[in-house]
Amino acid sequence: MSNNLHGFHYQKDADDIVTVTMDLDGPVNAMNEQFRLAFRATIDKLCAETKLHGVIFASAKSTFFAGGDLKEMLQCQPGGEQSFFELVEGIKADMRRLEHLQAPVVAAINGSALGGGLELCLACNYRIASDKSSTLIGLPEVTLGLLPGGGGVVRSIHLLGLQTALPLLIEGKRMRPAQALETGFIDAVVDNDEALLRSAKTWIKANPEGWQQPWDRPKHRIPGGDVWHPGVQQILAGAPPMLFQKTRGLLPAPERILSVAADVVTVDFDTAQRIESRGFASLVSTKEAKNLITGGFFQMNKINSGASRPKDVPRRKVTKLGILGAGMMGQGIAYSAAKVGIQVVLKDVELAAAEKGKAYSAMLMDKQIARGRASESDKEALLAQIHATADMADLQGCDMIIEAVFEDLDLKHRILAEAEGYLAEGGTLASNTSTLPISLLAKASQHPERFIGIHFFSPVDKMPLIEIIRGEATQNEALAAAFDFTQQIRKTPVVVNDSLGFFTSRVFSTYLDEGARMVMEGLDAQLIDNLGRHIGMPVGPLTVQDEVSQQLAVRVADTHKAMGVFGSKADTSANADLCGRLVNEFGRRGRHHGGGFFDYTPQGKTLWPGMIEHFAQAGAELDQQDIKDRLLLRQVLESLRCLEEGVLSSVADGNVGSLLGIGAPTWTGGFIQMVNTYSYQGNTGAAALLMRCDELAAQFGERFNAPEILRKAAANGDSFQ
Amino acid sequence: MSHHAFIYDAIRTPRGKGKKDGSLHEVKPTVLGAGLLKALQQRHDLNTANVDDVVMGCVTPIGEQGSDIAKSIVMYADWDESVPGVQLDRFCASGLEAVNIAAQKVASGWEDLVVAGGVEMMSRVPMGMNGGAWSNDPEISVHTGFAPQGIGADTIATLEGWTREDIDRFALQSQQRAAAAQAAGHFDRSVIPVIDRNGSVILGHDEFIKPNTTMEALGGLKPSFAKLGAMGFDDIVMKKYPHLAAINHVHTPGNSSGIVDGASAVLIGSEAAGKANNLTPRARILATAVTANDPTIMLTAPGPAAYKALAKAGLTVDDIDLWEINEAFASVALRFMKDMGINDAITNVNGGAIAMGHPLGATGGMVLGILLDELERRQLKRGLVALCVGGGQGIATIIERV
Repeated sequence: MSNNLHGFHYQKDADDIVTVTMDLDGPVNAMNEQFRLAFRATIDKLCAETKLHGVIFASAKSTFFAGGDLKEMLQCQPGGEQSFFELVEGIKADMRRLEHLQAPVVAAINGSALGGGLELCLACNYRIASDKSSTLIGLPEVTLGLLPGGGGVVRSIHLLGLQTALPLLIEGKRMRPAQALETGFIDAVVDNDEALLRSAKTWIKANPEGWQQPWDRPKHRIPGGDVWHPGVQQILAGAPPMLFQKTRGLLPAPERILSVAADVVTVDFDTAQRIESRGFASLVSTKEAKNLITGGFFQMNKINSGASRPKDVPRRKVTKLGILGAGMMGQGIAYSAAKVGIQVVLKDVELAAAEKGKAYSAMLMDKQIARGRASESDKEALLAQIHATADMADLQGCDMIIEAVFEDLDLKHRILAEAEGYLAEGGTLASNTSTLPISLLAKASQHPERFIGIHFFSPVDKMPLIEIIRGEATQNEALAAAFDFTQQIRKTPVVVNDSLGFFTSRVFSTYLDEGARMVMEGLDAQLIDNLGRHIGMPVGPLTVQDEVSQQLAVRVADTHKAMGVFGSKADTSANADLCGRLVNEFGRRGRHHGGGFFDYTPQGKTLWPGMIEHFAQAGAELDQQDIKDRLLLRQVLESLRCLEEGVLSSVADGNVGSLLGIGAPTWTGGFIQMVNTYSYQGNTGAAALLMRCDELAAQFGERFNAPEILRKAAANGDSFQ
Repeated sequence: MSHHAFIYDAIRTPRGKGKKDGSLHEVKPTVLGAGLLKALQQRHDLNTANVDDVVMGCVTPIGEQGSDIAKSIVMYADWDESVPGVQLDRFCASGLEAVNIAAQKVASGWEDLVVAGGVEMMSRVPMGMNGGAWSNDPEISVHTGFAPQGIGADTIATLEGWTREDIDRFALQSQQRAAAAQAAGHFDRSVIPVIDRNGSVILGHDEFIKPNTTMEALGGLKPSFAKLGAMGFDDIVMKKYPHLAAINHVHTPGNSSGIVDGASAVLIGSEAAGKANNLTPRARILATAVTANDPTIMLTAPGPAAYKALAKAGLTVDDIDLWEINEAFASVALRFMKDMGINDAITNVNGGAIAMGHPLGATGGMVLGILLDELERRQLKRGLVALCVGGGQGIATIIERV
């Protein structure tokens, strides 16, 4: 007979084996209030059994167990640490009671077991997973600004050793069942769910003494040794600098994991668990955890599950894609599309140019072959998908054509008009422009309702984001088509409305502009560039400009001036002026033109001495915090303006777009989410940012004036959700 | 100060290469230290029962250097049972810290005759074997921004704009000066040969000096800390020094202090104790100081420590005739001279640890002895010795001949 213990179905069979089938309210099993009740009741009942030969934990959901209750954690405010400490200590005490049961316990993993889900499995004696491609196993807490507080740090180290466990914990790696088996997180993989329970019972019957956990055996040693082992000492001494290189000291979670891990190899199991709980509790209330959970997780999922896609349009797939222009962007788009089996026509003016663009895919595949990640036949298959041509007529029947030619309005108009005739019935015409208005480009089209911006980022094969730009006339069908195509090539789509620079370029331009402004103020160029990295941007503003090239900045500014739109959105005049001076006065046109703000030699990158000679001013100094705030907050304010003006139709688009497209620092959770947790002089949220912006505006100019949307949020105590 | 602290003698062992092919590798640290105590006893016909304490620096106090090696040394030297011993660790300052503590014991009047020095057999108990939270516990390391000393030394050179050539030139000078001083017999008075149980000499002179060093040879050596820097320590340092584009890794085994074995012992006492034991005072310890600054760059506090000691002694830089700065790394010595506004004509005139080696816990006592011998040889009055110290600490001692 079966008992329902708060959503855990408890059933004992004729062999005195209890199967606990977890079926909590809601779509997934999670470590929430209901779980705590169900788990406690289950453990109580198991402990009370007089005849018990084994226990199986199974799930009635399509996943095994999703992990912690993130919504509950988002509610935790500073001061709430003690209650979260007690909460996880309660769960962990029950897990220990489970481990002390003198009957073998098996986790029958029928789907993803992540975070708390895997922690529950680790408290079992044996873990069997069914072999499904959708199943992910791992401890991804660090990606949420947390640490595995349900014994995950402690048990994974006691099970796998520090050397194996530490990278899994610090990177939050999620694995397929086969890899989890190889790593040692699970003990067996079976073909399907039907085999799961059978195998679990078979193991229980074969291992009646299998109830004792390795760490509870008298002579247990952590694999690879404890803190007294020289190899372990070496890992512990080497981990902090390696971590710092990745996080620049901006993410508390991996640091805490590392600290707890060091304690795990130093003290006994139960003491380590307590230290782990304290570490977990200390992270839950951090702004980084809130930002990562909100922007990096919830909103990322929301975007990826189609929140910005029109609901009423059926899903479609692109079968034949036309690409106009086989340059850096065109060739990258061709690769990304061919990789998922889309037939690609890569067209350039000269066949040689088109072939060169196709060769890029060959080169990428060769790299993968060299790394053992692809075979020669994979390469052949992929290249067979790409037809390089100089003949426009080869585009016949494409259900989508994307132009990726030089940023010249007339040229784009001409080729778009020509290409449109070859589109399949109802096909979508798109531009990869990053600087020209979509509505203006749409004028070339007979069907502006089917014209849309699909803005890729460079390098296309690596960058996960696509910014879809809806022109004035763009209809939902085209938007849905662009959205579906983005997902088809396994990228993340954010949707924005047409406006100069769209969202990502506009916001990013303020980063470069503020860097340029401080150079013009005579501040140390190297310091400005370094501090860009210190706030967590992937690259300093001056280094980025070198990559993009000063020449291009000048050209874009000239185009915008000719169109009469220069400076109509973000103020980029300082960068335009500085790049203009570099190009016109000093011939410093960019890294790939022989150098920009920096000189590039095989020995590395050094500041071009002219930066000091011509721009540095004696006595020019600014507090480093001011420099950092200027670089970061201009982007935040510009993002808010985009939200206010409707360029962004959701906060989620802004956060995901800034994280994946601009390189917004991970700790921010996106440039808009950052506002919600911003703290300044005892205030938090919009009010705090407003206070700081007022200061910056007074000191550095009106570009730091807070937009109305921020003032309103500050006045009402609202957050941006 | 109720009493003056006088230096009655300052002796040391020769420094042996701190590897298994070093001459002293066969000697136990306790035996090495005991040799010096026996020498002190013999040189002064000392009634060891009159010694109040033996203070010994040792930076890797584990294994055969563990568990208060100072008392092991006292016992093995067959000194009077009444003599205690204490081992201390202030990283590279340990030897001089022992001297300073001995001076403070005497100056306070609470003790009268103290031996201070240190012992370090780096060939037998390798540096770093004792671990430590600062470098090896991620929690502490992350919180404090730990970076290895060599990265700090390279950072000093980078900040000051000193090139590899500048650094190597200083190293070359250290070698040349040490070789010349050794050849001229300047060290003979105070270097006590290490002998075996049969009385045969195991090592009679500093063996680490490389008289034939050239700029070319130095220039061919690989940077020691570039790899560690690339591992992430450069980034940690550059977070504190964000003006830097990169750390210029200029230090090599050729321009950093050598890893060696050695011991030192300094006999310090009050005027009355000297008289009672028929000892002739050579110098008086005027002032001592320790201080600290940025632990990440780690090696820039000798200057501040020297100024602190000068202030305590009521002296100025001009009152010092000769200077010794431990050559942990060439940039440390260059930075110290810059900070003090002094030049190499009066600094490390007999070379330093780049040429002769730096037996961590023993070095302070050794350098003090070299300074005192040279003051006497030149008939000068005052000298100051300083060392850079782990954790961003600095130490200084001022002596004056009597």
